[in-house]
Amino acid sequence: MEEVKLDHMDSIQFDVLKEIGNIGAGNATTALSKMLNVKVDMKVPKVDLLEFKELPDVIGGAENIVAGILLQLEGSIEGMMMFILEEDAAKKIIEMMMQGMGMKEEDMAGLEMSALKEVGNIIAGAYLSSLSTLTNMTITSSVPYLAMDMAGAILSVPAIEFGRISDNALLIETEFGDKDTEVSGYFILIPTLKSYAAILESLGL
Amino acid sequence: MSQVIKVGMADLNICLPPDTITTLGLGSCVGIVLYDPGKKISGMVHVMLPDSTKIKNNENIAKFADTGILELIKRMVAVGASRASLVAKIAGGAQMFAFKTNNDMLRVGGRNVEAVKQILNDLKIPILAEDTGENYGRTIVFDPKNGELMIKSVGKINKVI
Repeated sequence: MEEVKLDHMDSIQFDVLKEIGNIGAGNATTALSKMLNVKVDMKVPKVDLLEFKELPDVIGGAENIVAGILLQLEGSIEGMMMFILEEDAAKKIIEMMMQGMGMKEEDMAGLEMSALKEVGNIIAGAYLSSLSTLTNMTITSSVPYLAMDMAGAILSVPAIEFGRISDNALLIETEFGDKDTEVSGYFILIPTLKSYAAILESLGL
Repeated sequence: MSQVIKVGMADLNICLPPDTITTLGLGSCVGIVLYDPGKKISGMVHVMLPDSTKIKNNENIAKFADTGILELIKRMVAVGASRASLVAKIAGGAQMFAFKTNNDMLRVGGRNVEAVKQILNDLKIPILAEDTGENYGRTIVFDPKNGELMIKSVGKINKVI
């Protein structure tokens, strides 16, 4: 397998990775929209090669408070999948799922965290299953892990994973919703370098 | 006019009064502040990984605890800091996600803190204060005028160490 050079990807490779973001996030957004019964728009995916210090700016700055749901990818594609929700969106989702249970929104403990984790699991599952179909590769994921904190702190986890092999992080990022809609956030797929090559190869590139 | 100098992930810089120096949203990374209290010269490095010798791709020296700390000392001494007077304050190294695994790769916050302490100990730089570990992110701001390191976290009262 030819090694993919992060700094020297050609435009076809970029386009293919963008299409992966498009299909994966498209499915995931549909799943999210159905689950919550609200309209959720998706933006055109971006494939970014970023220096670590630029990474938090992708999702609204290092101190932007977000809910990050992280799944580790195993199988033919290794890496991490992150589903990031703006704080308000996370609260909104919890509220919708826990309707009538009379819980205070500021107390994001126990049951509410589990609910949010489960949403993340289903949404990320939709993303990964379409990726799996597209590439004809088996992708399994870990149980979801959830953290609600500053974007920089949450992104440090995949960044460190990437830091072992590169001075840059390559991510396939899709933003959905916007500040005016009810639910907004990001899907970020961060395969390992080896897995990028595997993905591209599976698609005949 | 005083400025706030920003240090990004895998980045370092030095700072003299009246400026302050900050790094935002530290997670499993560790923020290390070195300080010469006599000359009021400070520096901060935001490291991601413990050891540059274990990694093939190690061009960015600010990414690693070992090379990052040495470079910061070099820069501080170059602007007049006294190597023998340096003291340290450290923060970060959280475990952001509660991974249910024994995989050492995922315990990177803890390993970063251990490495930083070992390196500072080997360099005979005393650690005056630390706020490390736990499971939450931190924004840190250091003021070389008085040597105070302010730590801000989501849903917590700001603290000064």
